[in-house]
Amino acid sequence: MLIIKNLHAEVEGKQILKGLDLKVNAGEVHAIMGPNGAGKSSLASVLAGRENFEVTEGEVDFEGKNLLDMAPEDRAREGVFLAFQYPIEIPGVSNINFLKTALGEIRAYKNLPPLDAKAFLQLSKEKQKLVEFDAKLVNRSLNEGFSGGEKKRNEIFQLAMLEPSLAILDETDSGLDIDALRIVSKGVNKLRSDKNAFIIITHYQRLLEYIVPDFVHVLYDGRIVKSGTKELALELEEKGYDWLKEQSAEKEATTI
Amino acid sequence: MSLIQEPAIPLFEEVVNGYTLLSAPGANSESSDLRRARQSAFDRFRQLGFPSIKNEDWKYTNITRFLKDEYALSVAGKDGRGVVPEGLLSKAVIPGLDCYQIVLVNGVWDGKIAGGALGVAALPGGIQLLSVAAAKQDPTLSVFFEKAEWGNQHFANLNTALFTDGIFIRADAGATLDKPLHIVHLFTGDRNLLVQPRHVWVAGRNAELSVIESVLSATGDIKIWVNSLTEIIAHTDARLDHTVIQMAGAGVRLVNQTTVRQKKQSLYNNYTFTLPGAELVRNDLQARLEEDHTETHLYGLYLAAGGQLIDNHTLVDHQKPHCFSNELYKGVLLEQSTGVFNGKVYVHPDAQKTNAFQQNNNLVISKKATIDSKPELEIFADDVKCSHGSTVGQFSEDALFYLRARGIGEDTAKALLIAAFAFDVTEKIKSRAVETYINELISKHIPVTHA
Repeated sequence: MLIIKNLHAEVEGKQILKGLDLKVNAGEVHAIMGPNGAGKSSLASVLAGRENFEVTEGEVDFEGKNLLDMAPEDRAREGVFLAFQYPIEIPGVSNINFLKTALGEIRAYKNLPPLDAKAFLQLSKEKQKLVEFDAKLVNRSLNEGFSGGEKKRNEIFQLAMLEPSLAILDETDSGLDIDALRIVSKGVNKLRSDKNAFIIITHYQRLLEYIVPDFVHVLYDGRIVKSGTKELALELEEKGYDWLKEQSAEKEATTI
Repeated sequence: MSLIQEPAIPLFEEVVNGYTLLSAPGANSESSDLRRARQSAFDRFRQLGFPSIKNEDWKYTNITRFLKDEYALSVAGKDGRGVVPEGLLSKAVIPGLDCYQIVLVNGVWDGKIAGGALGVAALPGGIQLLSVAAAKQDPTLSVFFEKAEWGNQHFANLNTALFTDGIFIRADAGATLDKPLHIVHLFTGDRNLLVQPRHVWVAGRNAELSVIESVLSATGDIKIWVNSLTEIIAHTDARLDHTVIQMAGAGVRLVNQTTVRQKKQSLYNNYTFTLPGAELVRNDLQARLEEDHTETHLYGLYLAAGGQLIDNHTLVDHQKPHCFSNELYKGVLLEQSTGVFNGKVYVHPDAQKTNAFQQNNNLVISKKATIDSKPELEIFADDVKCSHGSTVGQFSEDALFYLRARGIGEDTAKALLIAAFAFDVTEKIKSRAVETYINELISKHIPVTHA
């Protein structure tokens, strides 16, 4: 589904990604862990098409198409979804109208007829239930005055509504209490299928107790330096990230 | 002084000639007080001439280019009475709004009221509508038109000197208009015109009125200068809701002054919406709080496009204690448009315990658009709460990216953000039908691509 090769990217002239490789197949859940500043969120931004990130080298293939050539909205229409670390509040845009517009544009892109009001409402109710999203929040302005947890749950609700093939969850667990974490994870687990894939970016192992990944990657200094299965996450939890830094420093020392 | 340059303005000569005719002995049967008021206003205007950017109140609004055209004084019964394009009137209709509707063509009302059973509506008891042409001749009413003191207000003086018609509304003490009165102002002509409607609305003690004005035009290449003056008096405990929807076309130069005099415990709400179209829109909205415990809300939204210039000058004049005023104006500036906001709040030494709030926010969408925003607070009382704020900004890149990351195209995303920006003002409208109508007008004017 997603093949990232030798990806280099910079923001404001500062190199952030330095040759990142990753392959994600349908049905898989990949966790990307790493210390602060390693480039985890930058990877999410680059994949979603945030404009201040400049790709200087490498390629990203998404279902046979060059993702890097596409505008952010086209990436979304093709099936890439980024759950934001900091969802934006937009007063005056109602949550439900926003979703109706988004779904409408995605369907138009895929040459599907628009959903009528009734079908849309039905779908919305169904998904609200699935991810335990409060109906009261649906009609409010987009994220306005939502608590941290409500914002994250809204991201998962949007994810459920838009049904992307690849979902990137950028530190969705940050700022969540244990109950919210459980609800968010439950939602994600219900949405998992053999047709879609997840990239879960997280700093802590905690989330991975609820959403069990097939693969765990360690991102450090703009590259994936170690990959493994879910046991790797436990190892990281125990040892922290310092050993990585030492290892990397040693490696650099030997190359010199 | 201005005497040297004014004769170069063709309209100046036209109004001088027009006034000479109007004031000739035997030319009309108006009261002597009204004739005196006209003479004094005319003398004042003659001294002042048309405003230029040297006048503080017109510093950011240069009307020179609009004064190069020739305009004739509009003549009732001749100009614009004939053909009113059918489509124009239907554009003014607010779907789903239950209201009384009257239509004024170039300031002249045909005496018909639509909106009741059988098409001809009888107004509730205590509510009176009259043409100004009739009201000013009525010995008991002419006093409402005799105000002569317009100081340095160029256009108010000009209007007073030469107005002929408009709409007079009076609500007697305790009277309530059961549904809004929708006044449709149509401007049309087959030659360039200066049209000067004069309106006077009086809400008696504890009366309640809701008035919606729509301003539309069909001019083609014809230029119409509208110099409109509305005087509103809200007596003790009166409640007045006033919505203005300005959607006249490019050929219109709209200078629109509304002066509200508020008495004890009266409430006045104004909602002014200005849409792309008329090349020049200048609104002077003045709330004069002449007695204590009044409440005033001024909401404005201007959406400027093309080479349009939209200028909102507001004044809240706190003369007495314990009055509350709140003002929120928002502007969206597209293309090469220019916006001006000047919000003056004057708190007199007497006006202790005043609460006066003002906010002006602008979204400048194009690199070629400009906004001049000027809050002007003059406070001479010491026990007051006053605040003001003014912002100018562009689209939030974060918000735009968030919407696009959900599959919403850039243009739609921008349209959503503009509607969201306007929402703070549109949500204040009490009638759902009017709110929906305004929102649709806004979205219709948001271009698919932005310069």
